[in-house]
This record gives sequence, C-alpha cells and structure tokens, in this order.
Amino acid sequence: MAVLEVKNLGISFGGLRAVDDFHLEIEKGQLYGLIGPNGAGKTTIFNMLTGVYKPTDGRILLDGEDITGKTNIEINKAGIARTFQNIRLFSELTVLDNVKAGLHNQKEYIYSTLTGILRLPRYHQAERAMDERALELLKVFGLDEEASYLASNLPYGKQRKLEIARALATNPKLLLLDEPAAGMNPNETQELMDTIRFVRDEFHMTILLIEHDMKLVAGICEKLTVLNFGQVLACGGTSEVLKDPKVITAYLGE
Amino acid sequence: MKKLSKTTKSSLVTYGIVAAAYLFCEVLMRTGHMSSLLKGILVPVCIYAILAVSLNLTVGILGELSLGHAGFMCVGAFASAIFSKCMAEAIPVPLVRFILALLIGVACAGLCGVLIGIPVLRLRGDYLAIVTLAFGEIIKNLINAVYLGLDSNGFHISMKDALSLNMEEDGQIIIKGAQGITGTPSDSNFTIGVILVLLTLVIVIHLVHSRTGRAIMSIRDNRIAAESIGINITKYKMLAFSISASLAGAAGVLYAHNLATLTASSKNFGYNMSIMILVFVVLGGIGSIRGSMIAAVVLTLLPELLRFLNEYRMLIYAVVLIVTMILTWSPGAIELRERYSLAKLFHKKEKEVQ
Repeated sequence: MAVLEVKNLGISFGGLRAVDDFHLEIEKGQLYGLIGPNGAGKTTIFNMLTGVYKPTDGRILLDGEDITGKTNIEINKAGIARTFQNIRLFSELTVLDNVKAGLHNQKEYIYSTLTGILRLPRYHQAERAMDERALELLKVFGLDEEASYLASNLPYGKQRKLEIARALATNPKLLLLDEPAAGMNPNETQELMDTIRFVRDEFHMTILLIEHDMKLVAGICEKLTVLNFGQVLACGGTSEVLKDPKVITAYLGE
Repeated sequence: MKKLSKTTKSSLVTYGIVAAAYLFCEVLMRTGHMSSLLKGILVPVCIYAILAVSLNLTVGILGELSLGHAGFMCVGAFASAIFSKCMAEAIPVPLVRFILALLIGVACAGLCGVLIGIPVLRLRGDYLAIVTLAFGEIIKNLINAVYLGLDSNGFHISMKDALSLNMEEDGQIIIKGAQGITGTPSDSNFTIGVILVLLTLVIVIHLVHSRTGRAIMSIRDNRIAAESIGINITKYKMLAFSISASLAGAAGVLYAHNLATLTASSKNFGYNMSIMILVFVVLGGIGSIRGSMIAAVVLTLLPELLRFLNEYRMLIYAVVLIVTMILTWSPGAIELRERYSLAKLFHKKEKEVQ
C-alpha cells in the first residue's frame, strides 16, 4: 500500500487557483521528487500536506488514514515531518536540544511540567533516554561532536543536516524536504545526496523532496512529478520524465 | 553528559549566591552592623528579585513582552491581604496564615494570567505588551475605587464609599477605596523572602531545563518550526505566561505582608514599576535567570547606598545604568570579556597541564 496517496488536491487563494487536481502516490521507501518552475505551487503542496494550508478540495491519505484538513500538529503526530526552504532551527538552543525538541511528542519520553519542576525520578529517566536517542541521531549525521554548540553557530551544511535530524526525531512515516540543496556548493550537494540516500536506507524512510538542482534530482530520485502552473505536467520514472518534451520546454530548457 | 553537569553547576552557583548573601546579611544584622534603613530594604530586595526572575520567564524564555507585571503583583498582594485580614483571628499561627495567603495570591495572579493569555497569546506580535500594560493600570485603578466590607452577612462591595456598604454594626471594612487595606498582619520577614526567592529560582530553572522549557524556547526561536514538530504553541505560551504571572503574584504576597498599609498607588503598582522590573531583566541579560536576580538586587540597593550623594543620587543611578548597558552589550566589551574571561583562563591552565 502507498504511504502517501493524494487525490485531486486543489487550493484557491481568492480567485487564484494555486494548485489544481494534483495527484500523487508514494510507495514505502521511495525517494520521490517534486520539481517545476518557480511559482508552480510546490511549496504550497508541502504546506497542504503538513496542514499549514487547508486544501479547498481533494483528499490526503497517509498510510490509508485520511489526514485532510487536520492541523499541522495533528499531522506531525500522524507521521509527516518536514524541513524548510530557508532553514528554521531553534537558533538559541543547543544542537542536542534541537533534536530533543523533536522528540517532544514521542510517548516514551513524555512527562508532565510538574514532574519537570519537581525533578521526579521519571524526569531523570526520560531525560537520560532522550539524551541517548538524540545523540544517536546526531551521530548518524556526524553532528555528535557539536552537540553542545548553539544551533546558530553551525556551518550551513550542518544546519541542513540538523534540520533533517530534528525532523527524523519525530519518528515520521514520510519525510518532506523543501529544497535541501539550496545554497550549497557542488561538494556539499554531493554529501547531501549521500545523506539523503543514507537516511532512506538506514531508517527505511519514505522521502518526498522539492529540488531545483537537477544533478541531485537525477542522482537520487526514483520517481518524479513535474508541476507547472499548479497542475501536473508529467509523472513517472525519473529518466523518462526528464526526457519528456513537455517537461523540457516548460522547465528544463532545450 | 558534560553539558548536563554544566547546567547543574550553573544553577548550584545561583542558589549558592542567594544562600551566601542571606548568611552575610544575617551576620551583619546579628552583630548590629546593619543600619535600620538597610534592614527595611531587605524584604523589598527579595520582592524585586522574584519579580525580575518571573518577568524573565516571559521576556527571555518565552520571548513575549509583558508591561504589566506590577498588575499581577497587585492582584497577588490584594487577594492575599484580604485573606490574611479576614483570617487574622481564625488562624493565629503567622506561618500557616502566610502560606495559605501565598497560595491564594499565587492562584489569583495565575488566574489573571490565564484570562489575559487566552485571547492575547493566540496572536503574533506585540499585543501582549499593550494588553498587559492596560491590565496593570486597570487593576490599580479598580482597586482604588473599590470598598469591601465583611460582616455577619458576608462580604459587601461598593464602588461609591464606605457608607453605601450598608453593613451591620459588627462590620469591618477591608478595602477602603484609595486608602487600601490597613492592618494586614506583617507575617513576612527576610528569611521567608529569601526562601521565596530560592523557590522561584528552582521553579524557573527546573522549568527551563525540562521538556516543557524546551518546547517554550523552541516557540521563541522559531514558531513555524515548533509547530512542524508537533509542539502546541498556545498551550505552552499560556503555561509559561501563567507561571510567570503566578510568581509575580507571590512577590505581591510578600509585599502585602511586609507593610501594615497596602495601597494601590502608581508608585508601587503602576507602569513605572513594570518598567523598572523590565530594566532589571534587560540589564541582567534577557534570558539569564541569575543575571536578572543580581540586577534586581544591585539596582534596588544602589539608590540606598548612594544616599550620601543627596540630590545627585538619581543622576549617578542613571550613569550606572548606562555604563552597565555598554559594558554588557557593546561588541568591544564582549570581545574583551571573552578574551579575559575566567573560564578561558582556567581552560588554558588545564591545557598547559595536559
């Protein structure tokens, strides 16, 4: 069964039809790319998938469960986590605390505010377990050395990784990456590609990403959907879609 | 693990400073080296320290501006003073009476925090500052206009004057309009004040270093990202703000039980007071719990210690404020501090040993 199934999703802002009749189906463990020219509605789709915008019509199913119109908090609990086009970290928290914040709603680490203030045994036990889990995640991304740094003091590439680590801490079924390679040089992009592949294999994660860097898209995505003026232009295996004349005229260029 | 021990160490230092200051003052008092003027200011110092730490929870940790902290203090003060005055004979033990009054004052101030928070904390921007500023003024003026009496038939309330309360002969006026509450039992003392300061510190520091504290600070740092990882923004903002309001209420309780006469003037509960608490927080460092406590103590003691300068006193006070601000925040001073910081000197020594 598909992890994510989107059926004729659409949204209007006043008279503007930003996304229309959008379909998407992602299998478990797939690396899926969403591409298209600026303003095609890619981030709008991400915002609908994560509950920031409420779709005007259509349905979103996550693992068969209807999550259309739920709030972003409910959707995160249901299992969708995301990163942002412009990095959004908790800049005054440490690297470790950023990931621990991501663990906030995980059942095994929950304790009440009063338990925290009184420092009951449960506090110490949960915090220790959180530290371990967070360090484990940081190690995967090679960030464990910087665990006590402020997030804002990390170099750009590592901030991207930390954002992915924080998203993974919420234990999602589906990970959405919004332009993960934006602002990266070719070396960093190469490293990022390895990281994304690694996340997929290590965590058996299903990943949907928006990207403009065609080298990255062609390098790691198995399937693509091309969006143009809010509508699906093409959809299918990466190599076929990139050869499609319609896609070449609308987006890639001759 | 290393990080954990660092925060624990830092909080222990904070508690240690309070304990040391307390012992120092006690020794001075016992040996008779403290002027009566200074003795009179010990409890207010505790009150301001509590207020500064509690406001720092709103300003530094939650990242919202509150300009009505004196209002919450006012609510705590009057709620507890009414209780203590009514119960002055029913509960003869001062400590028990004070603890109950404290609980009542804290609860009432916290409730006001919730009531204000429900509509305002859903909004983004500086609305909280505006609303709390108004709240502080409204509470003050409201209490100035209220007459409250107690007789065998229960409470009587009037907005006009004492006569229109229509009380029985055994009636007792509790709040007498602008004259406030007189004859509150003075159940508080310096020791109780210091204990309350310590309690406030423990509550705020433990809160900050817990799951809840991380959620609150993540909202401060990036609201959208916090929502994306499933943190309930409104819930945690409300929580932080109402805890902050309750603690301000505790300061109010201490204030009410330190004075025989409690009035709501613009001097003690007006916006000037709220701004002064904000000055403590900013000067001590936004987000630094220990800093705001120290700033509150120093800036409260300073005008008293400068009394020998007579009319130049407030001038010097202002100069000290400006100089501290420059030394704390100017880039040059920060660089100097980093170069010659104690921690770094120690670190170098460690390295040399290795």
